[in-house]
Amino acid sequence: MKAAAASRMRLFGMIRKESLQILRDPSSIAIAFVMPVVLLLLFGYGVSLDARHIPLAMVVEQPDATSASLTGAFQRSEYFDPQPFNSIHAAQQAFDLREVFGIVWLRNDFSERLLSQGDAPIGVIVNGVDANQARITEGYIQGVWQAWLTSYARSQGVELSLPVALEPRIWFNAAVRSRDFLVPGLIAVIMTLIGAMLTSMVVAREWERGTMEALMVTPIRISELVVGKLVPYFILGMGGMLLSVAMALWLFDVPLRGSFWVLTVASALFMLVALGMGLLISVVAKNQFVAGQISIIITFLPAFILSGFIFQISSMPAAIQVITHVIPARYYVAILQTLFLAGDIWPIVLANSAALAVMMIIFLGLAWRKMQKRLDA
Amino acid sequence: MNMLRHIVALAIKELLAILRDKKSRLVLIGPPIAQLLVFGYAASFDLNHIPIAVYNEDRSAPSRELVARLTGSPHFELVGHLDHDAQIAPLIDNKDVLMVLHLGPQFSETLMRGKTASVQLIIDGRNSNTALLALGYLRTILTDFNIDWSRQHGRPGPPATLRIRPWYNENLLSRWFIIPGIVALLTLVVTTVVTGLSVAREREAGTFNQLLVTPLRPVEILIGKSIPGILIGLIEGSFILLVVVFWFEVPLRGSLGALYLGMFLFLLSAVGIGLMISSLAMTQQQGILGAFLFLVPAVILSGFATPIANMPELVQQLTLINPMRYFMVILRGVFLEGDSYELLFNQYWPMAIIAIVTLSLAGWLFRNRMN
Repeated sequence: MKAAAASRMRLFGMIRKESLQILRDPSSIAIAFVMPVVLLLLFGYGVSLDARHIPLAMVVEQPDATSASLTGAFQRSEYFDPQPFNSIHAAQQAFDLREVFGIVWLRNDFSERLLSQGDAPIGVIVNGVDANQARITEGYIQGVWQAWLTSYARSQGVELSLPVALEPRIWFNAAVRSRDFLVPGLIAVIMTLIGAMLTSMVVAREWERGTMEALMVTPIRISELVVGKLVPYFILGMGGMLLSVAMALWLFDVPLRGSFWVLTVASALFMLVALGMGLLISVVAKNQFVAGQISIIITFLPAFILSGFIFQISSMPAAIQVITHVIPARYYVAILQTLFLAGDIWPIVLANSAALAVMMIIFLGLAWRKMQKRLDA
Repeated sequence: MNMLRHIVALAIKELLAILRDKKSRLVLIGPPIAQLLVFGYAASFDLNHIPIAVYNEDRSAPSRELVARLTGSPHFELVGHLDHDAQIAPLIDNKDVLMVLHLGPQFSETLMRGKTASVQLIIDGRNSNTALLALGYLRTILTDFNIDWSRQHGRPGPPATLRIRPWYNENLLSRWFIIPGIVALLTLVVTTVVTGLSVAREREAGTFNQLLVTPLRPVEILIGKSIPGILIGLIEGSFILLVVVFWFEVPLRGSLGALYLGMFLFLLSAVGIGLMISSLAMTQQQGILGAFLFLVPAVILSGFATPIANMPELVQQLTLINPMRYFMVILRGVFLEGDSYELLFNQYWPMAIIAIVTLSLAGWLFRNRMN
């Protein structure tokens, strides 16, 4: 009974000391609150996969009513910004200088072939360097083409007779706004950075200055030390998290279809994983220089590339998919994308939360053990 | 002569400071190589084995032919056949499949009567980019089916058809686009990490003031501190280039000289920014925070994964001060489009200006920011 009370006292003392330290040094508050706001603002607006007003060169060698209706279809599309060119030569020059992303080329005999035998070719060249944008542009061009075919057939008084027509229905994001899936993912990337940096740098500084050893010779236990260190940073991190979620909802208009409480619990879990990772880095690194290097290298790029935030994990080679399992952000990205866009889908939320819980135990456990060893050495 | 000796001595001291610590050495060499291999395979928008389920209420020969075309494609992997509506939602919700293709009971009858048979496709839109790409793949399969069906059954085809040809990357492999970008990504991280703390660490230890009272002039300190970052960046950059060309087999169509000129200017501006951050920072913690605050936006707003053209006008203007943006264009231009020096001129000079501005600021800060 007495021991428990003493432990509680030591723990509260530790938390108080850490909180005071945070309040005195504004840099951790800046990391927790200013960084997510700045980064989310920048990326929420900056990161988009939706192309609009793609510059297209239109080369019409024999202008007439039919070709005009086709160029008109491109002009009406919000995806394209067609610019007329007199010859394919001039268009290619603009293409090489990257002034246009693609060329639509109607040759001399376009209308003639259209009327006589059908199957008139519409030549299209797209810049394939950015393959993803090229594919999406191709999709948009196909859309314009199909709409034009239908209206052309109607103007000729016939019905377009396609054998099979596709009726796509895109669930969870009917307008296919890329921002709706990127913003939740960004929250995961930003929180990985913040969680790891908050603890790794601050704790590494204590090791460097020897104040950690000073703490360890007091009657405080390692577990109390770990918890005492984590609590204030956890509260700071959760504050930053809340701010990010608020921005996603009200600034970027991302819908939250799942429940707020599930989101909070999953986020708390993830915050503990990120803080645990930072703590482990600081214990391993021993000094700020290496701790800083390690946290930059192992948090940002892996969270960016291997978390499913932007690149689809299921399309990666099997060996790489295995590696993604050690990236905590992977689980959190899956939870966030589902909670925001689809709702409380328990199999996904529970499986990924369980993985996060396992990672939390591993990181905190390792940090705790390493701390004990360091004291012996 | 004296100046050269000073610079060389300082550069050696700096290199030793970075490479002497075993952990710091490991951090600079191990992770970039591992990340190059992992990211090279991971960072791609190409989809393969998209899990799909088919709900075929028709089960006649034409519908089976359509489904067979789907399963024959390397992009799709048929996960299962459904037999009622209620099975669709759980499969999509739990991400067991990305899409469900639904053929109604009248599919072949409508088709045989010469009418248009519609098929429904339900797609998981949680990742909108994947949804659009997968839809594109399926559309292509369907268009081919339509053309073949019309030809075989004497139906009139569409009066005009698209002949789309992508240039520079004929098979539209997004790996060819992303992997050259990794050269910029990893060299930027390494040089920023090397230089971002170099002054801050000495400030904290008090050795920077000692350095300032030696006969070394600020210019010499500046050059001496820049050399290690550029050297390490060039060596790692060259190694990554070798891997990109020989391991990932991305075609290198332009001149290596144009590429290296770009890499040198890029590293120079990265070092300038790193040193500027480092000399602004009073503590290592501020230094690392500054490096992070530069690195993360620089990568995300460089066009590495998402195109700059899609950003709002204001953010596009902001990317003009990001050296990685220019190097990204140079890398892709030289690799895939075979660009020459002249075509890349507009990418070179902004980096040179960034380098001059940041390096002079860093040199000025050496003396003028003291506590």
